[in-house]
Amino acid sequence: MEKEKKSEPVSKSVLKSAKEEETTRINVGPSPHFGHIHSTTRLMMTDVLIALVPVILVSLYVFQWFAVKQLMICILTCIGTEAACTRMRNRQSTLYDGSAVVTALILGLSLPATAPWYVAMIGSVVAIGIGKMVFGGLGMNLFNPAMVGRAFVMIAFAGVMSASGYELASTGVDALSQATPLNIFKQTGAITPIYDMFWGVTNGSIGETSAFACLLGGFYLVWRGVAAWEIPLGVIIAVIFWGTIGTIINPESQWTVLHHLFSGSLLFGAFFIATDPVTSPLSAKGRFQFGIGVGIILMLLRSFSGYPEGMMFAVLLMNALSPLINRWTIPKPFGVKTSRIL
Amino acid sequence: MNLFGRKKSFRGGVHPPGKKEFSRAAPIEILPPPDKVMLATLQNVGQPCQPIVKPRQRVVYGEKIGEGKAFVSASLHTPIAGVVQRMKTMTFPNGRHLPVMIVKAEGKQVDGEELVSEILGGEWPKDCMRLYEPMYIHDAISDAGIVGLGGAAFPTHIKITHESKQPINTLIINGCECEPYLTSDDRLMMDAPGPIISGTLLAARALGVKKMIIGVEDNKPRAIKALRKEAADTEIRIIALKTKYPQGSEKQLIGALTGKEILPGKLPGDVGVAINNVGTIAAVARAVARGKPLTHRVISVTGEGIVQPKNILTPIGVSVKTLIDFCGGLKPDAARVIAGGPMMGFAFTDLNTPVTKGTSGITVLTENEVRKEQETGCLRCGRCVDACPMHLVPTKLALASRYKALQVAEDYNIRACFECGSCAFICPAQIPLVQLIRSGKMYLAAKDRKAA
Repeated sequence: MEKEKKSEPVSKSVLKSAKEEETTRINVGPSPHFGHIHSTTRLMMTDVLIALVPVILVSLYVFQWFAVKQLMICILTCIGTEAACTRMRNRQSTLYDGSAVVTALILGLSLPATAPWYVAMIGSVVAIGIGKMVFGGLGMNLFNPAMVGRAFVMIAFAGVMSASGYELASTGVDALSQATPLNIFKQTGAITPIYDMFWGVTNGSIGETSAFACLLGGFYLVWRGVAAWEIPLGVIIAVIFWGTIGTIINPESQWTVLHHLFSGSLLFGAFFIATDPVTSPLSAKGRFQFGIGVGIILMLLRSFSGYPEGMMFAVLLMNALSPLINRWTIPKPFGVKTSRIL
Repeated sequence: MNLFGRKKSFRGGVHPPGKKEFSRAAPIEILPPPDKVMLATLQNVGQPCQPIVKPRQRVVYGEKIGEGKAFVSASLHTPIAGVVQRMKTMTFPNGRHLPVMIVKAEGKQVDGEELVSEILGGEWPKDCMRLYEPMYIHDAISDAGIVGLGGAAFPTHIKITHESKQPINTLIINGCECEPYLTSDDRLMMDAPGPIISGTLLAARALGVKKMIIGVEDNKPRAIKALRKEAADTEIRIIALKTKYPQGSEKQLIGALTGKEILPGKLPGDVGVAINNVGTIAAVARAVARGKPLTHRVISVTGEGIVQPKNILTPIGVSVKTLIDFCGGLKPDAARVIAGGPMMGFAFTDLNTPVTKGTSGITVLTENEVRKEQETGCLRCGRCVDACPMHLVPTKLALASRYKALQVAEDYNIRACFECGSCAFICPAQIPLVQLIRSGKMYLAAKDRKAA
């Protein structure tokens, strides 16, 4: 073959090989032949990470070394757990999609700064292992993995995770010497200044304190289309509605709707936790109902339960309802008067 | 709907990059007469035509070589003068093996400029429509073998008829051309609005309707201007629609323009609408006013992988390779050659395949644009649900098809899907949604056949 080619005039052989290539180079595939280059799982996760930057920065500023420790433990453990699980199942590594890091950060940011290292570690193992990989990996889980991990450590280590566990005197970190705004209000009825809650110089889970950072990141997520805007809208509408009724019933209370909105993990949860696409409903209508549900359960827990904050339970409960919401919000096909299902 | 000055549109859909700039600026050119044409006996929805010429027989330009005898069928004419060769079987991009009639060029061909002026130029009748009897218009369309040139290739004489079973009150002409890259309709509207307006009036005369609408996406301002100028003294309304894929889909366009929703499995006629593509309607004008059959059409040869993108007035039946060579050939990095646009077109396996009446364009993509398929798990993000113009749940349909849960697929109206590709385009997990749904529809069709 080589010899033959050499014997031919150069220009002719080049022409021939170019022609041969022309027929072999073309490949086929099913339509659509064209994909959205900015729509991939990895990019969605990257967007979440970008949106978390202001939240992380505030947490580093407020809780300093405590935040660094918590987040690092969560990230390393989550990556390790995911790698181990895919290895055990003899599957290709799924670390590339970035979802393990997102889960790690959400979990880490929802833990108290004071939680010991083993709490963060066990929480991470449970979040990835039991929250996600047991179901078959990303996309198959029923419950928000980070919240599964948090719920586990909350019950297993009730002491350090309870409202009083947030406080730790004489650490040099100002925020830690006081109770969380919601707990102060629940115990003593004293009101934390709205200004502090907006900028985030209060105690709380490390990512939730600053309403400003959560809104900044949240709007970025919504603008990028990664988080469905219907969910935070639903949560906020429900909270405003309930809060307004509270104000009407008890006009003397200093705890206003704004305090409700800016306190606890409401905004962090509404924008970053509840909007997890995997565990929230598919259609726009369903997502809005989901948001409303999260808001209502959250306010129910805040008003009547022993816990000062209820975002975690609200999200987990609504995750359980997601399949049902999906079922009753199946979109009506074009031209069809009534859907065949239900 | 128009309260906030918003353009008419439908709910759902996606915004793929338009990519029209490659060939938009290229005026329609005529392909020099080819040395042979290959004409498949089935170039339309329905039954194939019956060949009425024998091998070695001489044919002249425009001569009928195949007769569409069945109800849903169309006749076939040769676009060149020459000698009929032996029939051959070829595989087409849509996967069908079809008998192909071959005509080898011989003798004097019609001059290129003469052809252009006959097909696109000159004066077209715009008044005195009474002179044309509805039955005459219908017969002329039927004789000319016209099929829908937008891609579906449904025989036009069944749609434009005075004997419609349902009362028709609106005629819609589809100039949306929502597929990325393609500019053949855009260019036709810009360069030759005459036959489009004339054809619309003739079709309306045949159908006996007063309401005529031409819908054009608002990314074609020059086409809209040209049509409005041409239609100035007629009752035709030219409406600019929002640029969104798939605006040019029959059901979505009718919904956007009239507010009527067509039930799954029903046809536009069921809501009193007749709908045709601009290219088809120009061919109607040519058939009725000039008595010429459908032998040529405008094809965009475009995309990143083509040296010089063009809009070509081309004889039906030339090979894809001829067209590509006319456009300077493929670039070294060309990776996929598609019949039609990138969203719904079929990929060519063999560049010697001829173009058919339904080929609206040839899109050549390079490796950069071709959709990568590295499937990851469904995130249930719902982007496909938001994108589906039929308001289905693509992820559910695809997974039900994958696991052969046919009852679930059917309950979720899998049959309403027309495979526009919006869901697979937007899917962040790169699940081959359309492919899976297609397979689900095939399983269902097989089940139906078994039951029958």
